[in-house]
Amino acid sequence: MSKALLSEHPGTPAASMDIDYYLEKWRGVEGNLIMILHQIQDTHGYIPRELVMQLDRALGIRLARIYEVITFYHYFKLVPPGKHHISICNGTACYLKGAANIIGEIEKTLGVKEGETTGDRLFQLETVRCIGCCGMSPAMMVDGRVCGHVKTTDLPEMINTIRKNEEQA
Amino acid sequence: MKKITPATLEAIASAPVNAPKNWIKVGLDTGGIAAGARYVFDALAGHIAYARHPISLLRTGSNGLSFADPVVEIECAGMPHVLYGNIHVADTKTLLDEHIIKHRILEDHVVATRDRGTKCEGDTTVILVQDTSAEQGDRTRFFQDSFIEEVRRQGLQGKVQVVRAMDMGIYKKGLVVQLLPSAVTYENVLAANISEIIMDTVKKGIVLEKLLHREPDPQVRIVMRNCGRLDPESLDDALRHGAYQGLKSALLVHGWEKTIGVMKASALRGRGGAGFPTWLKWKLTRDNVADQKYVICNGDEGDPGAFMDRSVLEGDPHTVLEGLMIAGLCTGATKGFFYIRAEYPLAVARIQLAIDQAKEAGLLGKNILGSDFEFDAEIRLGAGAFVCGEETALIASIEGKRGSPSPRPPFPSVSGLWGKPTSINNVETLAAIPAILCRGGEWYAQYGIGESRGTKVFAVTGKVNLAQLVEVPMGVTLHKIVYDICGGVSNGESIQAVQTGGPSGGVIPESLLDTPISYENLMKLGSIMGSGGMLVMDSNNSMVDVARFYLRFCVDESCGKCAPCRIGGYQMLQILERIFKGHGKADDIPKLKRICHAMQNASLCGLGQTAPNPVLSTLRYFEAEYMAFIEGGVTYARKIRKQLEGVGQKAS
Repeated sequence: MSKALLSEHPGTPAASMDIDYYLEKWRGVEGNLIMILHQIQDTHGYIPRELVMQLDRALGIRLARIYEVITFYHYFKLVPPGKHHISICNGTACYLKGAANIIGEIEKTLGVKEGETTGDRLFQLETVRCIGCCGMSPAMMVDGRVCGHVKTTDLPEMINTIRKNEEQA
Repeated sequence: MKKITPATLEAIASAPVNAPKNWIKVGLDTGGIAAGARYVFDALAGHIAYARHPISLLRTGSNGLSFADPVVEIECAGMPHVLYGNIHVADTKTLLDEHIIKHRILEDHVVATRDRGTKCEGDTTVILVQDTSAEQGDRTRFFQDSFIEEVRRQGLQGKVQVVRAMDMGIYKKGLVVQLLPSAVTYENVLAANISEIIMDTVKKGIVLEKLLHREPDPQVRIVMRNCGRLDPESLDDALRHGAYQGLKSALLVHGWEKTIGVMKASALRGRGGAGFPTWLKWKLTRDNVADQKYVICNGDEGDPGAFMDRSVLEGDPHTVLEGLMIAGLCTGATKGFFYIRAEYPLAVARIQLAIDQAKEAGLLGKNILGSDFEFDAEIRLGAGAFVCGEETALIASIEGKRGSPSPRPPFPSVSGLWGKPTSINNVETLAAIPAILCRGGEWYAQYGIGESRGTKVFAVTGKVNLAQLVEVPMGVTLHKIVYDICGGVSNGESIQAVQTGGPSGGVIPESLLDTPISYENLMKLGSIMGSGGMLVMDSNNSMVDVARFYLRFCVDESCGKCAPCRIGGYQMLQILERIFKGHGKADDIPKLKRICHAMQNASLCGLGQTAPNPVLSTLRYFEAEYMAFIEGGVTYARKIRKQLEGVGQKAS
C-alpha cells in the first residue's frame, strides 16, 4: 500500500500533533483540505480538535468551513473510536439476507447503537454501506477481518471471545 | 525502469511473452482477500519454497466469480488448465501435491471453463461431472462412479480421471460433463450415454452432436478482459496484455479528432448510469477554449451492492489510467484526477502504483511516446458521500469542499473543476476505451441493441445462487443473467423481482425478466441501468421493506441543499415506516405518489430526482403488497416482520 496516501497501521506511526507533518505533501496544492483530513484520520483514527484549530491557521480556512466539510462526509470521525471495530455491512445484498437482524442482535449484545462506542471503550459499532463481499452476505468486519454468512446466534460468542482475550491480556 | 517508446510497444505487440510457463495465480482483490486469499497466497508460497516446486506463484485481480472466492488458477505442464474455487489454507498443500506432483485434479473445487470446445483434439485426460438438476437429489457421485466404472471397463484407468466439479456454468441441464483439455461439454447426459462418451469421444475423438452443449457463453469480456489474468501491480505484465496500445494508436495513428470519431462509431455511452454518449462529452469539452482543462475518473462507487468499478480498478489499473489519458488527449486536458472512495484502499494503492510506474516509464509527463502530448494524473479520495457520484458534487469534493451539487447549466464541460472545462467518465467507461481503440469502433458497436451498444458489467447479488460480476452485451435478458449465468435463486425459492440501478433504480418483477437490457428498456420499466448493481429478491422479501431500505439510504445521503429532496424524502420515509408498521392510512398511496412526482420534477440533482424511483416502481408492480399492509394493519405487519426476522437465521 502506498504510504504516501494511507498509512498502513492507523494510530501507530508518528501520531503527530504537529500540523506541519500533515501539510508537508499538500502545501500549496489546490483543494488539499480533504486529503489532509484523510491523513490526519489515518494517523489518529479520528480528527482531533487541536489539529483542526492548527489547520485553520495554517491554511487560512475558517474553522466553520473546515467543520462543514468534516461533518458532511460520513468517513470523518470527531471522537476517538473504540479499540475493536465491528462493522456490520448494510449493503443491499446483506440487507436482503437479514443484516437488520444482525444489527439488532449486536446492538443488544453490546448495549450501544450503531456509530457508538461501548462504555469501556472496547468496541466501536458501525454499519457500513457494502464492503463488497456480496458473495458472502450477510457479512461483517471485525477489526478488518471479514466474517461471511453471519448468523445472529454466532454473535454473543464472538463478542465474548474478544472480551475474554482482552481480560487475559 | 527503461522509458517506453512506440518501438517498445510495437515490439511487445508483435513478439509477445516471455512469461513463465508453469504458474499458479491467486485472485487477490478485496473480495478474494476477505475470503482468505492472502492467507492462501502465503501458504502456497511457503509450500512452493519448501518443496521447491518448479512453478511461479503470481498475483492477479478478480475474475468476477465472487461465489468461488478465493480462486486459484493453475497452468502446469502435462495438465489441463484449471480454475479452482473455494480454496482455503487447509487445501493448499493437497492442491500442490495432487495437481503438480501426482497430476490429479482436486475433487469438488473445479470451476469449469466457459470457453467450451466443439472439437475433441488430443487425448482426454480429465472428465468433469456435475449434476445440475437437483430434482432427484444430487446424483453427481452416482454418475462419477458410473464413469469411473466405465473408464475401467474400457481399459483407460490411470489415463483418465473422473472429477466432481464445483461449478459447470450450466444450470438445470441434467448431468453435465466436460472433457479436458478439449473442453467439449455435454448436457443432459443419461446413464446410457456414458459408454458411448468414453468409446467415441474419449477414445476416438468423435464429438457426440446430440449431447453437445452448443450455446455459446452469453458473456463477452471487454471491460474485464484482463481482470483475473494479469498482475495488477506489474507494468510489464500489463504491457504483455496489451496496455497502452490503445493510447499509442490514439496518439500516433488517429490523433484526437479521429479518436473522437472512433468513439462515435463505437456508440459507447457513460457506464456510470446516465448513459450520455462519451464522444459527445469529449467533443463538448474539446470545443471550449481554456488555458487548462481536466479529466476525472469517477471511482466513487457508492451504490451498495455494486462492486464492478472496484474490481476493475483493482484488477486492471493500467487500462483505466490509459483510458483517462485517451480522454485527456481528446478533450485537450493535461491533468487527470482519479476520484476514488476511501473505503477502497486496495484500489487506491494499485492506482497509485500504476501512476508511479507510468511516470517512471515516461508514459506520464511531457512528450508522451515521443509526441507533444503532456499528461499527469493524481488521486483524490472520496469520504463516504453518495451524492459525490453526481458530477457537480464530485467536482466540489475534489476542490476540497463539501460535496453539494450545483445547478446545471453550466455543465462541467463548460465550467467544471476550478471553473475549467472538465470531462468526467466512469471507471467502466474508461476501461472499455483502450479496447475500442485497438479493435475499432465498429467492432464494439457490433454488440448490443438499438441505441445501447457494447457490453455492460453487472454485479449480481442478493438471493441468487452464484453471486458474481457478469459482463454481457446489451440486449441480453435479465432472465438469462439470473438463471443461465448465475444459476437461479438459492434454496429453490421463486424470484419475486430484480432490482437494478441501486438507490436510484427500481424493481423489475419476475414477469418482465424477459426484457432485453438497454438504457431505454430499463427506463420504460421504471428502473435505470445505473452503475450496474443487480439485486435478486425472492418471495420472502417484502417490497415495502426494500423501498424503505433504499429510501432511508437516500434520506441519509441527501445533502440537504434543496427542499424537495431534503423534505420530500424524509416525509416519504415517515409514511413508509408507518405503512410497514401496519399503521398506514388509505390516502397514503396517493400521497406517496404526489411527493414522488414533486421530487422528480423539482430536485436539484440526480440524487433527488431519482430517489423516488424505488418507491414508484414498487408501487407500480407491487401496489397489492402496500394495500395488504394498509388493510391488514398491525397483524399483517407483524407477520411479515416475523418472516423477515427468520431470514438471518436461515441464511447458511
